[in-house]
Amino acid sequence: MRWLLVGIIALCNTVGDVLNTAGMKRQGEAELDLRSVAHMVARIFRNPLVLAGLGSLAVAFIALLSLLSISNVSFAVPATAISYLLETLLAKYVLKEKVTWRRWGAASLVAFGVLMLSW
Amino acid sequence: MSSATPGEARKTQLLTLIVIGSNVVGNVSLSHGMRQVGKIVSASPLDYARAFANPWTLAGVLVLALWMITDLALLSRADLSFVLPVTASAYVLIAFAGHFLLHEHISVQRWVAIVVITLGVVLAEETPPRTTEGQSEHLQ
Repeated sequence: MRWLLVGIIALCNTVGDVLNTAGMKRQGEAELDLRSVAHMVARIFRNPLVLAGLGSLAVAFIALLSLLSISNVSFAVPATAISYLLETLLAKYVLKEKVTWRRWGAASLVAFGVLMLSW
Repeated sequence: MSSATPGEARKTQLLTLIVIGSNVVGNVSLSHGMRQVGKIVSASPLDYARAFANPWTLAGVLVLALWMITDLALLSRADLSFVLPVTASAYVLIAFAGHFLLHEHISVQRWVAIVVITLGVVLAEETPPRTTEGQSEHLQ
């Protein structure tokens, strides 16, 4: 049950972030003044990709709460670490980002560091 | 590859700083508030609603809502494979805040983890924030 929840958290986090990125890229670059931010938030409610992304993150959050209720925090950490690598992989192949060795190195170091925080 | 002007690049940098800052302030505030509220292990939503009466908890939730919005705004301007490692510096700052503000103990192992994460952040910061095509959002 625990590992099933870890899998759901990693998968839903990854899918959520990839959908959010794809949706926000389609919406166009956000500006920083208050009017533009309000406009951006209003458009999110009509953006199916971001709505699906936020839904996926909500499922990940509920799964995290369930996991925390049956085990301690350190058990939830591998899910976060796996997400970093999985998301970088999908960023390259689905979002078509230029993932250089620096970016792979960065994602791996962060994933390893996050794992170490829980040891 | 989008050729960002210095002005546009600065906006992306500013957004990155707001995303990291709001993540740290939101989490530290929420953590401080929930510690004052005490343990909640309940099936009743009312018990969780009561936690919002604590100003630190409420402030934490509001700042984390701001974090969510600015994170989406940042993803509209920068690559996911850039945003993920760069915003991981929040882990480092949250650990510092926990140590210096909430007086939490940090073991040698955690210090090493903090250094490893920082190296990842620095490595990602050396790459261009955006490597895909893009256009600015125009108001109708």
